[in-house]
Amino acid sequence: MFTVKEALDTLTLQQLSHEFGDSILAHEFSYDMMSITVEKEAFLAVIRHLYEDHNLAFRFLTTLCGMHYPDKEKALGLVVHLHSFTNNHRIRIKVFTTDADPHFPSLTSLFPTANWMERETWDFFGIVFDGHPGLTRILNIDDFEGFPLRKDFPLEDQTREDKDDTMFGR
Amino acid sequence: MQDPNKNSESPVSDFVDHDEIREYNTLNLGPTHPATHGVFQNVMTMDGEFVIDTRQTIGYIHRAFEKLAERRPFYQITPITDRLNYCSAPLNNLGWHMTVEKLLGIEMPKRVDYLRVIIMELARIGDHNICNSVIGVDSGALTGFVYLFQQREKIYEIYEEICGSRLTTNMGRIGGLERDFSWDAWKKIGAFLDSYPGVLKEFEKLLKRNRIFMERTIGVGPISAERAMAYGFTGPNLRAAGVDYDVRVMNPYASYEDFDFDIPLGTQGDTYDRFMVRQEEMWQSLSIIRQALEKLDRMDDKTTFHADVPAYYLPEKEKVYNDMEALIYHFKIVMGETDIPVGEVYHCVEGANGELGFYLVSEGGRTPFRLHFRRPCFIYYQAYPEMVKGSMLSDAVLTMSSLNVIAGELDA
Repeated sequence: MFTVKEALDTLTLQQLSHEFGDSILAHEFSYDMMSITVEKEAFLAVIRHLYEDHNLAFRFLTTLCGMHYPDKEKALGLVVHLHSFTNNHRIRIKVFTTDADPHFPSLTSLFPTANWMERETWDFFGIVFDGHPGLTRILNIDDFEGFPLRKDFPLEDQTREDKDDTMFGR
Repeated sequence: MQDPNKNSESPVSDFVDHDEIREYNTLNLGPTHPATHGVFQNVMTMDGEFVIDTRQTIGYIHRAFEKLAERRPFYQITPITDRLNYCSAPLNNLGWHMTVEKLLGIEMPKRVDYLRVIIMELARIGDHNICNSVIGVDSGALTGFVYLFQQREKIYEIYEEICGSRLTTNMGRIGGLERDFSWDAWKKIGAFLDSYPGVLKEFEKLLKRNRIFMERTIGVGPISAERAMAYGFTGPNLRAAGVDYDVRVMNPYASYEDFDFDIPLGTQGDTYDRFMVRQEEMWQSLSIIRQALEKLDRMDDKTTFHADVPAYYLPEKEKVYNDMEALIYHFKIVMGETDIPVGEVYHCVEGANGELGFYLVSEGGRTPFRLHFRRPCFIYYQAYPEMVKGSMLSDAVLTMSSLNVIAGELDA
């Protein structure tokens, strides 16, 4: 038995494969959501297609966040969750790049809400969004060094002694 | 139709204290200001009483939750979620537990779902209570605030009976609740259901058709449905703009599909509509709680409060001390010897101010590989400059409180 959701997943995947061919690198189903990994060059075009196509109509950007896999060759990733209110269908798009070239196209031209999400991702992962209107740090202070959510960013050393924490009784 | 994607960047991009034609003033509102209810900084360019441009600074209480979560076992992440939207902490707690349960593939018994629904709807009432009464305060009506805060106290007393704490509740466990509702809890829920409608009605009478309140809120801080969707609005703020999106209906969780309730909608997306949508949602929440009580009453099962998953559910302390098997499971869970499946899961619940999502990536092991919170107010607060542009300063304050932006959730 095909559920509506499965049919929508298949339709979306077929459309994208037809439109973008080899740029769709992989797809998987995990916990009732389809993840599609796309080539970096085609990323913006894929999102634009999903947004503009009348049948798919992914008009709502749910989240946008970074990933860091230090052991992989393409270490930096971007995960985008899109939602189509008309079909009540969600989809996850992933795209990866190397540490040396941390650039992705900005989605702010499609979704104004991507503005702060991308600033947050820049702030924590050091991913640069080309075409973003004002890519500055958002939650950390402006002169912060490093990108804290990368896996190689150390947590505070629990045995450090240079900090006076007597008031908090550590 | 207005193009939803037109560039919203302000024409006044730099702060000018002096203009050739008009003289602008720069006003610093925040980071701690009595009118902002939290740590928000807005540097406003003002033309007399009118807001020309706003520049927001956030992150004053950033506590690195996503980084912290990468070093904590699953059951220790619950206290972190407490501190996101601290006005409705149980919603966040249970949302997190449901995310992990989805990853582990745990099927929950109906009774647990209904108990959770009661808790979550109480939390929603508590949150809307604060937001709506504070809109009253900001428009000059302190009385309603006092009435509703007394009721919030009663909700907190119910939390106290259920889990032992009040504000940051750390409620529930992965796989259920840590204990069944006590007799006192049931009694207090019953008393609340009896007393609350009267108070809410009185509060509505005070503000709903109040001339002063209506003139202060109607048409203040409006946003169109297109812009609200483009800005990623969810929850009551989106529904006030006229989009009927509610996670409880679109992607039911915790057996919400068993309940019969309405989704109130606004038309203008202004402060008054947001107020009214929240007001109606409180009535709907009350009705959901009543339905849940009825369903629990009719159920044969009167004792289940967790699923039968000993490998993931932290056993009761009493059993840990007296029962060998429970001690072993307790040890295995705490020391991280249970197998967590590899996978990634996105789960969202209808938080009090929007879609609260958890994107959890597990690579096995006792901690998440990555945990991202979709924090609704972080996403919609960026629309604030557009909403208040051209309005008066006092209206900007009202707009902010009607958006229900919670600093803890904003800054993570």
